[in-house]
Amino acid sequence: MLTAMIAVPLLGAFVVAFLPRERTVLIRRLALGLSFVPLALTLVVWLRYSGGPLPQMIESVPWIPALGVGYKVGVDGFSLPLVALSALLFPVSMAYPLDLLGRERTYYGFFLFLEAASLGVFLALDLFLFFVFWDLSLVGMYFVIAIWGHGDAARSAIKFFIYTLTGSLALLLAIIGLYLSTSPHTFDMISIIQHPPLPGDGLRASLIFLGFVIAFVIKSPLAPLHTWLPPAHVDAPGPGSAILAGVLLKMGTYGFIRITLQMMPDTFRRYAFALAVLAVISIIYGALVSLAQSNLKRLIAYTSIAHMGLVVLGIAAAGGVLVGAVDARRIALDGATLGMVSHGLITGALFLISGSIYARAGTYEMDEFGGLASKARTMGLATVVAAFASLGLPGLAQFVSDVEVFVGAFAIYPVLVVISLVGMVLLAALFLRMLKKVFLGPLRERWQSMRDLDGVETAVMISLLVPTLIIGVFPAWLINVIDATARAVVGG
Amino acid sequence: MSSGGMSLRSVLPEIVLLIGALGILLFALFASRRAQRFAAHLSLLVLAASAASTWFVVGASEPTTFFGAYAVDGAAVWGKLIILATTALAVLLSYEWFAADPRRGELYTLLLLSALGAVLLAGATDLMEMVLGILLSSATGYVLASYHRRSARAAEAAMKYYLLGALATGFMVFGVVLLFGMGGSTLFGALRVSLGGADAWALAVAVGLVAIGLSFKIGAFPAYAWVPDVADGAPAPMAAFLTAAPKVGALIVLARLAAALPAADVGWRPLIAVLAAVTMTLGNLAALRQDDVRRLLGWSSISQAGYALMAVVALGRSDLAVPSLIYFVGAYVLGNLAAFGVVVELRGLADRHLYNGLSRTRPWLALTLVVVFLSFVGVPPLAGFVGKLGLFAATIEAGYTWLAVLAAANSVLSLAYYLRVLGPAYLGQPGPEVAATMGRWARMGTYVPAAALLVLGIAAQPLWHALAGAGLFPL
Repeated sequence: MLTAMIAVPLLGAFVVAFLPRERTVLIRRLALGLSFVPLALTLVVWLRYSGGPLPQMIESVPWIPALGVGYKVGVDGFSLPLVALSALLFPVSMAYPLDLLGRERTYYGFFLFLEAASLGVFLALDLFLFFVFWDLSLVGMYFVIAIWGHGDAARSAIKFFIYTLTGSLALLLAIIGLYLSTSPHTFDMISIIQHPPLPGDGLRASLIFLGFVIAFVIKSPLAPLHTWLPPAHVDAPGPGSAILAGVLLKMGTYGFIRITLQMMPDTFRRYAFALAVLAVISIIYGALVSLAQSNLKRLIAYTSIAHMGLVVLGIAAAGGVLVGAVDARRIALDGATLGMVSHGLITGALFLISGSIYARAGTYEMDEFGGLASKARTMGLATVVAAFASLGLPGLAQFVSDVEVFVGAFAIYPVLVVISLVGMVLLAALFLRMLKKVFLGPLRERWQSMRDLDGVETAVMISLLVPTLIIGVFPAWLINVIDATARAVVGG
Repeated sequence: MSSGGMSLRSVLPEIVLLIGALGILLFALFASRRAQRFAAHLSLLVLAASAASTWFVVGASEPTTFFGAYAVDGAAVWGKLIILATTALAVLLSYEWFAADPRRGELYTLLLLSALGAVLLAGATDLMEMVLGILLSSATGYVLASYHRRSARAAEAAMKYYLLGALATGFMVFGVVLLFGMGGSTLFGALRVSLGGADAWALAVAVGLVAIGLSFKIGAFPAYAWVPDVADGAPAPMAAFLTAAPKVGALIVLARLAAALPAADVGWRPLIAVLAAVTMTLGNLAALRQDDVRRLLGWSSISQAGYALMAVVALGRSDLAVPSLIYFVGAYVLGNLAAFGVVVELRGLADRHLYNGLSRTRPWLALTLVVVFLSFVGVPPLAGFVGKLGLFAATIEAGYTWLAVLAAANSVLSLAYYLRVLGPAYLGQPGPEVAATMGRWARMGTYVPAAALLVLGIAAQPLWHALAGAGLFPL
């Protein structure tokens, strides 16, 4: 079942790539249909998943036994929500209208390929497999940005690829280091998690940890290794940005939990405070820089850095001490995981809306807009909901995860939490300013003919924002799933 | 002392190659001009027969034969097979490329003899044997590089190749003499014992001199300068061959020689590590600015040689060293042939700007470039990734983490110039005229290795399993 979630889009990518070029409608329908398969499968998996500390529904085949490599997939409380998020974001992003420059086959092919790779990252229970999918996601994203991006897309795409490949090679070296410390050598995640091979101190453990941190900090991204993100987002097509922010960034924070926290708990504790400081810097820095932006997409990109900083703060707090404060650390970890999901939904929606705005106006400059709400009501409404969700309005998903992270982390790093609250205030200010500049005030002459969101776009917004609302009002079903696994990690 | 006597059976692949090469020469002498092309068919047959006859070598009870002068171990067999496959692919690429050349028949004789030189290198466990292999592989290589007699660029490339080769081989012979003087034998097995008491400095000088000679064949620092010129100036199928086959043999013999040095560290490990570091960095930095795809491939081939040297550094300290060396070299060779195959199939098109929009006009060739370059970078699930993973693991296990980190940094660097070709191919608008293509043989010589990269990356188990047990005398 889990294998099918990877295999269907992967095979679909090749099928779509070989359809006749002119059959654009068929290509689109087939690709969309296939991209929904993982979502349907996720529902089944979710219903069957019984919760608990260990991954379930494991499917495992030996791959390169001579190297201790296996094909092994499964879900637990950390991966399942992210799998669900990815399975939702991919079809809706693919459905979102975009000028494909007459290259439908390639576009849908790459998106299906990317979907398979992203699901693979979250489902993999073998470090080798994890790395394989991790790298494939880079390749897919590079082409999506480079081919369908705008502005200086080729350059941004290269920057993205080289920057994140640096991270992935750091990841590879760290994985090899971890692999060489296991005995007998294995890439199997579960056995490494159950028997963390490295003691906390020692140069070797620190170097391996550093490798992982570099990889995940770049991917998440945290300041100061975030500089690939703004150009990639600004020049990527809207759906590409949504996937980049909604799914690909989560791979970094997921890696923090799955690998550094679970496989190297001792080392993690030693450096948790440093990581938390880095996270708080990202929150404040992301919010401050975001405040200074006049480009809508760049603004959202920087808020992403702040939100991902918050997620990492929660993870760092969860691993900040080895024993005690069990409830606080558990809550922090729940909040961090939930934060990934809510950020994925909300920022995905915001980036898609910016894509719509760009498609209509050809610019992201907020100063050129104004009063759009009067002309494009649905667009205005969707943006208002997404923006308020993003700034943490109670009743919406981000609020729940923010509160959990703050409450949990407060027990471990009270000062850092207080500092990062400043960042949250800044986020509120800048989103309100954005809404005012773009949607409120007098409508300018040149936007008289601004089209509202069309049917597909509206449906996509609903499918992203309604879950945001559901999670915000009734988060227990999701938190319980996460919590059962998080409890085991913090030793509760 | 393992000797194994003189079993002709165990050198059957070499004998087949030699007789086949001479047979093709006779054929080319007497065949009509129209029939010359069948020399290509014949050479494929010879290569297949030679590969098949390795069957008689596999599972030899002793690691060496001919009184310790020639290896029949796993590394020798795998080296042979890789070289034979390389040669066969080069034949495929040559068939149409040399179609108008009236002397095309003899080409295959030279190609087979050059392959024989590389094969001898892969099996050499004796200093004289090593020199012989290098000379045979080089002497034929110079001619192959300048096979287009009227091309000034080919002449220049061949001249550079020749002068540098003569110099490097000269250094190597000095080193060989010194080693012989200190060890009292030319056999690696005997040297392993007798060099134990040798003066460390004299030994370092001798090893350094031999390393210079081998670096010429490997295409590594310090004798690397011929590679981009040959890649650019030699006939493209020969460039593919010359930047691949000798490398395989020379890397294996270098590994053997390193293993023959006394166990007490005489500093060869740091020496090779520095050579590896310089080679990969230099190759990548120089490749960054190339606008000519063939030169770019030449420089990238230098950097790949640098990665491969990492396995030699890890030799004896990590069980992964030998299998990852062979896997990596195999992946490199396939990639190199496929990449040059694209150039051949596009009739020698080399300026990267002419690759604009290739993904629309020739999607399969563009895809081949993607596969090859990503395999060179080490992106999974391609064969290059498995090889590089093994290399990194072996190097880290051997205590040379800095080298692995440098190699990783270099891999990032290399992505930049590969994208300089892939970018235009996928993003650029195709020009008014669609590039002409070569033909069926060239296509086969391109797509077969490219597909193999994918297959060997995903289904890595059988090969890796087989390699894990491969011995490398005198390790």
